[in-house]
Formats: sequence, C-alpha cells, structure tokens
Amino acid sequence: MTGSTASRWGLRTAAIAYLSALLLVPVGMIFYKTFEHGFSTAWDAITTPNAIHAIELTLLMVAIAIPLNTVFGTVCAVLLVRHRWWGNRFIDAVINLPFAISPVVIGLSLFLLYGVGGWFAGISEAGFKILFAIPGMVLASVFVSVPFVVRETVPVLQEIGTDQEQAAQTLGANSRQTFWRITLPAIRWGVAYGVVLTTARVLGEFGAVSIVSGQISRQTETLPIFVAKQFENYNQTGAYAGAVVLALLALTALLAMNLFKGKEVA
Amino acid sequence: MVTLYLSLLVLLPLAAVASQAFDHGLASFWAAVTAPESVAALKLTVIASLITVIINGVFGTMIAWVLVRDQFRGKAILNAVIDLPFALPTIVAGITLIALYGPKSPIGINVTLTQFSVVLALLFVTLPFVVRAVQPLLLEMDREMEEAAASLGAGGLTIFRRIIFPNLLPGIGAGVALAFARALGEYGSLILITGSIPFKTMVSSVYIFKLIEQGNNPGASAVSVVLLLASLLLLAAVGFIQSLGRRA
Repeated sequence: MTGSTASRWGLRTAAIAYLSALLLVPVGMIFYKTFEHGFSTAWDAITTPNAIHAIELTLLMVAIAIPLNTVFGTVCAVLLVRHRWWGNRFIDAVINLPFAISPVVIGLSLFLLYGVGGWFAGISEAGFKILFAIPGMVLASVFVSVPFVVRETVPVLQEIGTDQEQAAQTLGANSRQTFWRITLPAIRWGVAYGVVLTTARVLGEFGAVSIVSGQISRQTETLPIFVAKQFENYNQTGAYAGAVVLALLALTALLAMNLFKGKEVA
Repeated sequence: MVTLYLSLLVLLPLAAVASQAFDHGLASFWAAVTAPESVAALKLTVIASLITVIINGVFGTMIAWVLVRDQFRGKAILNAVIDLPFALPTIVAGITLIALYGPKSPIGINVTLTQFSVVLALLFVTLPFVVRAVQPLLLEMDREMEEAAASLGAGGLTIFRRIIFPNLLPGIGAGVALAFARALGEYGSLILITGSIPFKTMVSSVYIFKLIEQGNNPGASAVSVVLLLASLLLLAAVGFIQSLGRRA
C-alpha cells in the first residue's frame, strides 16, 4: 500500500504544482501588481474617459451578441435534435467552425467581405458603415460566440427526450405552447450555461475585433484592446487595472458556470 | 432561417477569404504561403502547438485523474479553476503570464521574447481541453476491471498501461485535437509576451495580422487558408474519434 500512497501523493503534488505555476500564481500576480501602489491608483487608471468608454463598449457588445446567439442557439438546437433532415449534418459541422478558426482569420474574413472591393462593399458605400464601426465589431463578436448556446443545449434536449412534449400535444397544446411551457423550462439551465460561455467569450474577444474595429480610441476600442494598448504604451498601471476588471468579470462567469453546470439535467 | 443565419454570418465571410487567396491564381497563393517569413511562422506555429499538446496531454490526463480519483481538501476549488483559461480573455492571459514570467518577474525568470514564451502562453490557453475530455471517461470507467487486474497480480504501472490508458485514449485524443486547433489559431495571449519577432517568435496568426496591417490582403488570405484547412482537418479528427468512442 505504501507504494500506491506515495504515487498518489506524487500525482497530487505534481498536478497542483503544474496548475499553480501555470494558472493560479500568475492570476494572483496581476491582482497584486494592480493594487501594489494602492487602490486609488488602480481606480484612477480605469476611470479615465478612454477606459470608461472601452468598458461601456465591451458591455454593449455583450448586450447585443447575447440575445442574438441565445435565440439562434435555442432554435438551432431544437432543430438539430427534434427535426431530422438532410441539412442537420451540415449545420452541425458549420456550428463548430468558430471554435477551431483563428480569431485573426475571422477578423480577416469580415474585413474582406465588407471592405473596399468586397462582395458586401455596397452596404458601406450606401452610407451604413460596418468596418471600423460598431456593426463590424458586433458581427465579429457574434461570429466567435455562435457555437456556445447550441453546444450546451443539444445534449440537454437529447437527455430530456420527447415524452413530456408528446403528452402536452396529446392534451391539445399547440407547438408554441409546448415549447414555452414544456421544452424551454426543461432546457433552461443548458441555455443559461451557454449564455455564460457566450458572455465570457464576447467580453474577451480580441483578435477578430482588433481587425474590424480599427482600434480607434474612444470610438471602437473595447476593453481588451484598451488593455493591449496601455501595455504597449508602457502604462503598466492602466494595463493591469484593465486586466483585473476583465479577470473579475471572467471569475464571475466562472462562478456562474459552476452554479449552472450541475443543474443542466435536473 | 438557421441555415441563412449561419451562411451569412460564418460561411460567406470564410468564402471571401478563400476567394481572395486564389484571386491571383495558384502560383501567387503558393508564393505567399512559401515566403520565408511565412514558412518560419508556420513552422513555429506547428512545432510550438505540438509541444504544447504533448505536455498538456500528459498533465491534463494527470490532473483529470487527481480530480476524479483523489480526495483532498480544496479539490472542488481546483476543479472549478480548470475552466479559468476558457473564461479569461486571451489578452489578460498574456499579461498574467508576463506578471510572473516577464521582465519584472518576482522570481527572476524572464521568458518574454523567447520561443519558450510561445509554448508557455499556449499551455495556458489550452489547459482545460484534455482535462475536460478525460474527466467524464474516468468517472464512467468501471473500477472492476482495475480490481480484477490487481487481483491477478498486475502492478500499478501495468494496470495504467493495459487498462486505464486504453480506456482514456478517445478522451485524450479528442482533447488533444481540440487543443491543437486552438493552439494553431491563438493570437491574443501571444502578441505581448512573445514580442512577435519575425523568424523567431512570430506565429502564423500574428503574421496574418501583420500582413493585413501592411494592406497585403491576398497574402494574409493565403496563409489563412492554410490555417483554415488545418482547423477543418482537426475538427474532422475530433468527430472521427468521438464516433469511435461511441461505437466502443
């Protein structure tokens, strides 16, 4: 038994050491670095007009991307699980693409489609600015976060089965009533988990938004871009303070994830 | 409606990249991909991603094992923080690593501007993939097989090699493939810590960004197509591994 106890301790120590060196200590460090010159220094750094504008813009991206991808994700999941047709395999494959594609490639793809000489250049020429403006950034945010709600809702839908839905229909409920009264309440935690993941992804999106936004201060600069710019301009206080704001939002998302995770199939 | 949303949002933009890449013919596509700076970036991207997924394949499996089979105080917290790299914005991931392993490192280790920093950042952002792919398999695994092997005189190492590892392989494979896809395209966590030095620490995604800034859209598209193809292959691999896992 001593051998197995030793190996158990060895594995545990190695796992904790790896996580500490890679994850825990570095994340702790940015909190320390932010507040080492006092709370007010950090507070001043993230309450400059530029920083506040960046925070507001980031929250706006979240506010637009979430409803769009939640409605789409729920409808798409129901379609994938409940209606069998030839397009399902195709949709299933395309849904996963944003997970695997580099954010830079996503940014470039929108840049080419809506930019000068692109297939949709006409929209900008007609006076509706997409690139270097909020619509382009919304497109990038929605693109990168398309899969989350679908991915989290599909397994829950498969798990709950169709018994209750069929019972409701036998009792005379139309498909709308069945969805709102039976299906949606049953999948709500799966959807909620997907929404949290969507939020985290949109809050932190950097590569794709950098390309389509043009990174104009106080116009198209989101919080992650603000942080990168502060760092490149050797304003460490601003960079770390902005990073801590984002980290706190991420930790909140993480907390929500753990809260929702166990409830998915309840 | 669903197909239209996906087509407008995802497929059409990607088609624009492919079209731009081959706009001036196959020869100029090939020239852009095989430009010395592009080849160096692709090489670094692939090698760094490979090293990353090997290390996280080993440590990810180990962490999953500890989280499922071991019991100790604080395990629940450890389990929760595994997902932190998924929740944390990539730019914050980069700054986080610089805070500990940068020029003002409190422990005197500075990896910035080296190729090791590329691997370090990739290890950070891809950490959850293998852990989260292996964990459910370990939870489901039948302990009786291990007990039977032990009663027949097999040692710990033999049990791991002959029983546990083969059972976990689909999970490790899927996790590694997803991590590899993520590593190939990673951008945000790399730009600050690696310094993006051409021929040294510049990965393909950063190189694409540089080409876009220079106004070289066909070149950027050509390299993007290479990355896109790699992503598609890896996604197909994940699907294949998962279908194998279901059959078994």
